Amino acid sequence: MSISAIEVSWSAGGVDILHGVSIEVVPGEFLGIIGPNGSGKSSLLSLLSGIRRPRVGEVYLAGTPIHQFRRQEIARRIAFVEQQAETTERITARQAVELGRTPYLGPLAPWNREDDEIVDRAMREVSMAAFGERRWHTLSGGERQRLHIARALAQEPETLLLDEPTNHLDIGHQIGLLHLVRELNLTVVAALHDLNHAAMFCDRIAVMKSGRIVALGSPHDVLTANLIREVFGVIVEVQHERDSGFSIRFLRPIDTTRPSASRCNVQPSAFSKKK
Amino acid sequence: MTRSAPLPWRAGSILAALALLLFALWLGAASGETAIPMEVVAKTVANRILGTDYALDPIDEGIVWNYRLSRAVVAACCGAALAVSGVVLQSLLRNPLADPYILGISAGASTGAVGVAILGLGAGALTLPVGAFAGSLVAFGLVSLLAMRAGRGTGAIILAGVAGSQLFNALTSFIVTKAASAEQARGIMFWLLGNLSGVRWADVTLALPVAVIGLGVCLWHARALDAFAFGADSAASLGIPVRRVYAVLICASAMMTAAMVSIVGSIGFVGLVIPHAARMFVGVRHSLLLPVSALIGAVFMIAADILSRVIIPGQVLPIGVITALFGAPAFALILSQRRAAA
Repeated sequence: MSISAIEVSWSAGGVDILHGVSIEVVPGEFLGIIGPNGSGKSSLLSLLSGIRRPRVGEVYLAGTPIHQFRRQEIARRIAFVEQQAETTERITARQAVELGRTPYLGPLAPWNREDDEIVDRAMREVSMAAFGERRWHTLSGGERQRLHIARALAQEPETLLLDEPTNHLDIGHQIGLLHLVRELNLTVVAALHDLNHAAMFCDRIAVMKSGRIVALGSPHDVLTANLIREVFGVIVEVQHERDSGFSIRFLRPIDTTRPSASRCNVQPSAFSKKK
Repeated sequence: MTRSAPLPWRAGSILAALALLLFALWLGAASGETAIPMEVVAKTVANRILGTDYALDPIDEGIVWNYRLSRAVVAACCGAALAVSGVVLQSLLRNPLADPYILGISAGASTGAVGVAILGLGAGALTLPVGAFAGSLVAFGLVSLLAMRAGRGTGAIILAGVAGSQLFNALTSFIVTKAASAEQARGIMFWLLGNLSGVRWADVTLALPVAVIGLGVCLWHARALDAFAFGADSAASLGIPVRRVYAVLICASAMMTAAMVSIVGSIGFVGLVIPHAARMFVGVRHSLLLPVSALIGAVFMIAADILSRVIIPGQVLPIGVITALFGAPAFALILSQRRAAA
């Protein structure tokens, strides 16, 4: 099964957000989407999940336009973890994960033992098995995020769509979560903020700017100093390491796009003087 | 809680719930200005339903059967329907303060009912409940439109509801003042405050089916309501056809509210407070929360009705006054807890 978007455009509140974006998700890959704030990453994910319908163009699931599927069928194949989904309900950790079984249940298809096993497994996979009875509002941001992932896993999807899954997590949880997702053997599409994480975990990276995909390829080919300067307006140094890995060192913003920055000469010495 | 309890246990709790409801009805039929012994109530019911032939004072029998029992049954239906509407609105809108009264749905229903009763809208083709239903839908539509314009925050829809209630209450008063005779006006003003005095068995034939069907429709969508815990987008990604579920459940709540308003007038705070009480007992799963809310709502309303008849000797207080006396402090409590949690 594969998901693809062909020439999709989308606008919200009279503002065009995506302009003719095409992308095909290869089954089994970890596809990262990077780009500045407001470049359309979240919108693209919500179109790929079928929650929103493009104004122009079409999203296909296994070759069929996604809106021709019933929502329940889509939810059995694609799980979407939004950014910062919160609740004020007095719900327990386990109940939040149990929601993942929704696409398989109905008034005439009640909860059974298999559902329990799937939920148990999902909670173990994100190392939250011991937290089952804890109330949602007593959990930390990292714990909540891991439960969101567990809920997505309880959907038993083929594809996992993640919108900035590591937001508000400390570095240990960020790496842990991405590692976990990487190990799951699912097709993953994730909007990511941290370019080094994208380099570490993604098979391919799509770079978005102003509602368009401006580059698509392996981390090696895409994450060049030139592209990062152009898209993010930051001067970087890409350091290639011996065993195929590489890291990005951020140096300073481009002077021309940040007039205020150009006035105070941004260099290490400038900071120390100010202090 | 998702794991179903063993069958005997479930059957037991359903029987206990029915017993509680029957006891409340029984008590409702026995109490009032002249207390009638519980035994007489039981014998009356036996005479009327089982065809037994106990010798009873015909006046007592008449009071129990024609006035009090029908009134208690309608009170129960009304409490259950309003509580279920409250659960549905709170879950769908993800707002602990949502309730048919606060969102202006009851006010819209009143306007619709008055429009039919006094202005003769629909030229006799529309009945009072249908007018109330139309009014409630119009009110909810207007309030949600206003809330959307005002931004989607949880406060917006409550404020929009306040505006909507004021508007529709004003329209109702306007219609009543302009077109009703003095006698009509007095009757309607009493009815608007929530009043079970005029209730007879004919009203049960509307209230009971609406409450039962409404509860059934909502229970059918219990899992969908659960899935709204993290918002509409999250529900959609869990496979819920969000728009259809919204439409069906809002219509169900509006129908329940409208039917009850057309019989007993608009009664506040039941839909707000009862769901919170039920959540404290049984948690957030709607498959349990909905029936338990209905039960507590039914019992609460019967109790409120009893209280309204005995609290001032020789006087009947509008039941809306009793529910507001309990509901308004509870509203304040929920409001302050919400602030503390945020």
